[in-house]
Amino acid sequence: MKAGQSIVFAFIAIAALSTSVKAADALYHDLGERPGIANIVDDATANFLADDRIKAIFDNTNIDRFKGLLTDQLCVVAGGPCIYKGRSMHDAHKGLHLTDHDFNALVEDLQKGMDEAGIPFPTQNRLLARLAPMHRDVVTR
Amino acid sequence: MFDEGKLLATGGVSNIEGAGGGGLATWALITGYGTHDGFGVDAHITYLNFPAYSLTTWGVAAGLWDRVELSYARQHFDTEEIGAELGLGHGFAFDQDIYGAKVKLIGDAIYEQDSWLPQIAAGVQYKQNDQGLVDRLVGAKSADGVDYYVAATKVFLEDSLLVDTTVRATRANQFGLLGFGGDGNSGYSPELEGSAAYLFSRKFAVGAEYRTKPSNLAIAQEDDAWDIFAAYFLCKNLSLTVAYVDLGNVVIANHQSGLYLSAQAAL
Repeated sequence: MKAGQSIVFAFIAIAALSTSVKAADALYHDLGERPGIANIVDDATANFLADDRIKAIFDNTNIDRFKGLLTDQLCVVAGGPCIYKGRSMHDAHKGLHLTDHDFNALVEDLQKGMDEAGIPFPTQNRLLARLAPMHRDVVTR
Repeated sequence: MFDEGKLLATGGVSNIEGAGGGGLATWALITGYGTHDGFGVDAHITYLNFPAYSLTTWGVAAGLWDRVELSYARQHFDTEEIGAELGLGHGFAFDQDIYGAKVKLIGDAIYEQDSWLPQIAAGVQYKQNDQGLVDRLVGAKSADGVDYYVAATKVFLEDSLLVDTTVRATRANQFGLLGFGGDGNSGYSPELEGSAAYLFSRKFAVGAEYRTKPSNLAIAQEDDAWDIFAAYFLCKNLSLTVAYVDLGNVVIANHQSGLYLSAQAAL
């Protein structure tokens, strides 16, 4: 009986755990997992570098490394099984003196990138909802 | 200076009183596309066609540092046939000037997605219409008045949803077009405005609004107003809003509902 109860409890615990893992992974899945996110990052980065409002920010950036870090980061934010090894948002943007205008330009280019990658608008917003609070670490002016 | 740096649609449209908002409700968003470091200006024209009346409103507004909003609007309320029935003459019109100021106090409707705190703004509107004599004839106490409001607006980005709740202290009869205060009630009443809008895309939103109004005049019960609207943002410089608005009973004309058309140009 005791063993039976334990098995039932274990089963419930696993079911609960898998549900929560599933929920955390839903956005990651909807963005096309890591390859889909890498695709979004490619499109968005091309937009950043073509955008007269913000391209100067990337003058001293190793673009390949940046893309890798951004992909890792978006993967983590979306609930995917990635590890972000870059600096914190606060440290990474300290000294860049970015404004709301810059931040919103980045958002617009990311949105365009997600359009190009075929991500539906509600899914885009689910990702943006998790990125938006970074505003307070990115905009320092 | 006019940095057009805010995200599309995040200044709202111009509401019936010329403030940044929806159609009937005033929102906590600061009008236009100026960010924290810049200014935004916009102009709008709005036309409402009801069975017995029409209302044309135009105005200009400025958003300063995404913090302060200043607005001016002029409303032209044409009584058409009702004017004749009331003995005022066919096409008798009330004109009203509305001077508004709004200050964002706390929160950010868009960025602070990890917080339940909405963007909260407080505002004041001075309204003055040009028919003081007629206002008194229908029982109003004065032709000018001041509204005070607090608005709370939040975009729930996760759900592509915008929600607003506004509390307004007012003495206005039909937004002030029929004067302020009345023989029924002459003091301030707290009134409620609410909007909910679903964002279908960055350019297109559909929503509904409700606005309660005081009923100060003994000659006619004043009803609450509601609308359903669709707003299309062609770009940061131009938006168009179409709505179906119901004002209920307006003086001696029952069930005044009809089409609301509005265009806003912004810089």
